[in-house]
Amino acid sequence: MKIINLLIIIIILFNFNLSNAKDINSSSKITKNLRCLVCQGQSVHDSDSEFAISLKLVVEKKIDEGMSEKEIYEFLQIKYGDWILYDPELNQKTFILWFLPLLLFLIGGAIIFKNLKIKKN
Amino acid sequence: MDYLVYLKKDMRVKILLPIFVIFFLVIFLIFYKGLNHTNIYTPKIISNENIPLFKTIEFQSDNEITSKEVFSGNDYYLLNIWASWCIPCRDEHNFLMKLKKNEKIEIIGLNYKDKEKNAKKFLNELGDPYKKILSDSDGTISIEWGAYGVPESFLIHKNKVIKKIIGPLNDSSFKEIERLVK
Repeated sequence: MKIINLLIIIIILFNFNLSNAKDINSSSKITKNLRCLVCQGQSVHDSDSEFAISLKLVVEKKIDEGMSEKEIYEFLQIKYGDWILYDPELNQKTFILWFLPLLLFLIGGAIIFKNLKIKKN
Repeated sequence: MDYLVYLKKDMRVKILLPIFVIFFLVIFLIFYKGLNHTNIYTPKIISNENIPLFKTIEFQSDNEITSKEVFSGNDYYLLNIWASWCIPCRDEHNFLMKLKKNEKIEIIGLNYKDKEKNAKKFLNELGDPYKKILSDSDGTISIEWGAYGVPESFLIHKNKVIKKIIGPLNDSSFKEIERLVK
């Protein structure tokens, strides 16, 4: 009987730890992807400004309410615009942002390729 | 001096010098323009959403109150986020007192991360322009509104935000509010 009790306690403890760790991870993951709008070059997760402290509380509240990560981003995007997301979604306004680096990379590759060809000849 | 004479003779310098001058002028202009602007980027958000729903404690009576109860019965509201520790709030207080005389608009205060004692002292000293004061002790209600901090004001018409003023009210924003509230 003692062994069974011990086993139950161990299982509960393990599950408790797991669920807790998951919560902490998701909230810090989300706040790391949010730009602190009143600071310079800091994420909400890293900042201790009044704005960031409140925003962290709101994210935790939304997680408790059962909102998914994506839904929280959408909620904040409506309130604060694309600028709050470090990882803005692909849309009409942001496509240059996404494709310009790729384009530059391809152009650079083409230049190197051409130069190598000339050298070979 | 010899060195300069030598440089002047060099053809390359004749081309490089203007390029350098133009380059530095452009850089100077960018900095001159850029540093004049505030570096906090505020995106234009045209939101047709209704004002957020929330529940909080009313400052004067300590009763729980919902946003629906606060924003009903009148066409125009000004939600003003303020705190006694906020220096710019003192500057804008005169404008709020002036706006109080306008009967078409109700001013609602949202007291941001403040102590009740200090807030009361602030209002005793400068006057109370607010119809109701709501408490936002942890700042989460301000986030729901999409606010950056204190002071900030939202002009509300029929449950929609029609104008958002970040920072203290001034002459021009005050006039605009008066113009919008008809």
